[in-house]
Amino acid sequence: MSLEAPTSLTASIRTGAISLGVFAVLTAAAISLTYVAGSESIAANKAAAKARALGEVMPPHLYDQSLLSAPQNLVDYGQLNVSSDAVSYAAVKSGNTQAIVLPVIAKDGYSGAISLLVGIDQHGLIQGVRAIEHRETPGLGDKLERKKSAWVDSFNGRSLANTPTDDWAVTKDGGVFDAFTGATITPRAVVNAVHQGLLYHQRHHSALYSVAQEQ
Amino acid sequence: MSTEQTKLMMNGLWNNNPALVQLLGLCPLLAVTGSVVNALGLGFATLLVLVGSNLLVSLIRNRVADDIRLPVFVMIIAALVTIAELTMQALTYELYQILGIFIPLIVTNCAILGRADAYARKNPPLLAVLDGLSMGLGFAVVLVLLGAMREFLGQGTLFADMHLLLGPMAQNWTLVIIDDYRGFLFAVLPPGAFVGMGLIIAAKNTFDHYQKMQKLQAQPLAEAGSKRVRVTGTIA
Repeated sequence: MSLEAPTSLTASIRTGAISLGVFAVLTAAAISLTYVAGSESIAANKAAAKARALGEVMPPHLYDQSLLSAPQNLVDYGQLNVSSDAVSYAAVKSGNTQAIVLPVIAKDGYSGAISLLVGIDQHGLIQGVRAIEHRETPGLGDKLERKKSAWVDSFNGRSLANTPTDDWAVTKDGGVFDAFTGATITPRAVVNAVHQGLLYHQRHHSALYSVAQEQ
Repeated sequence: MSTEQTKLMMNGLWNNNPALVQLLGLCPLLAVTGSVVNALGLGFATLLVLVGSNLLVSLIRNRVADDIRLPVFVMIIAALVTIAELTMQALTYELYQILGIFIPLIVTNCAILGRADAYARKNPPLLAVLDGLSMGLGFAVVLVLLGAMREFLGQGTLFADMHLLLGPMAQNWTLVIIDDYRGFLFAVLPPGAFVGMGLIIAAKNTFDHYQKMQKLQAQPLAEAGSKRVRVTGTIA
């Protein structure tokens, strides 16, 4: 099929290698061009999606400046299972921190880690929980997504004060949170992770709120 | 439509259906057909990539030596998928969040490389595009059928969450076929996909066999050897 018929083995290897190289350069160039052309809007889209997710776990009356404007690094981030570059976001109103959005990872999902955002106000009441990344089974475990089921709303208004430690479990394990039909592992993991988030919020309360107020 | 074009459409949709006859692309097919909406998402994404890769492969068909055609096709398909993913992220981020999980799965679909090698590299661009279109449609139809079977058996619903893919107009499309259904886990998990796929293939084969028998009956010569002779109105 090639344009010039190769006469010997070396010649055929040479033409093959050259045209492979040419195609590799062409495809790589096409991908690079697309990436360069799109990288700015991709970054903007990702930031917008993140802002939307933050907005979903934090009711608007608790902040008057962008939630993204006051990120802070976490002490003892290991307690939330997140990496060292994870940040919390403060909901600041009239210069005072009203609430915090914590990143929490549930390591023991059915298919690996479930990445969550948990919004908690200064009194320790949960304002909202959203899963931002997971690989749970479609049709079963993915009911933890708000767009597929209202289950995550069952955390709203919960706190360490109004829900004793023993109740932070799915009903099957003697707790107060429903499990999904056919999927207990996912809700169990999420309930534990949200509980960890609340414990972290209580333990590091002064650090979370003082730092943000200095800004 | 000329005969060649009609033949292409029939091949993709029925006679040489990528999922039912060639049995290509089973990895993504079995993985995402838990519901109609996921099946439709993957079907649509695969259709686009298949048409694009067939077109590109057909355009360069006279420039690539036979010995190196496969690595070149793989590079073209991989680049096409990556570019599609980047473009979707940049232009339609909402759609990317829905279809995003299907895009890496497309690369594992050997139907795309299969069509490039079996058809697109030997035929002019227009026919190659038509082949991609019919094969992609045939693949998507099987996906949606299997997705519907598994969603119905597994969760007792049809068309749940369609608004994630089609927007607000599909908000109320969910058909609850069985109220208060307890769920049939087997249908949702991978084994259900294998069994469901087997049933669809068996149904197609039975239908084809029946058609063939009908045809044989119409010819008196073949009738003698057939054990399933049935007298119908067509025989005078």
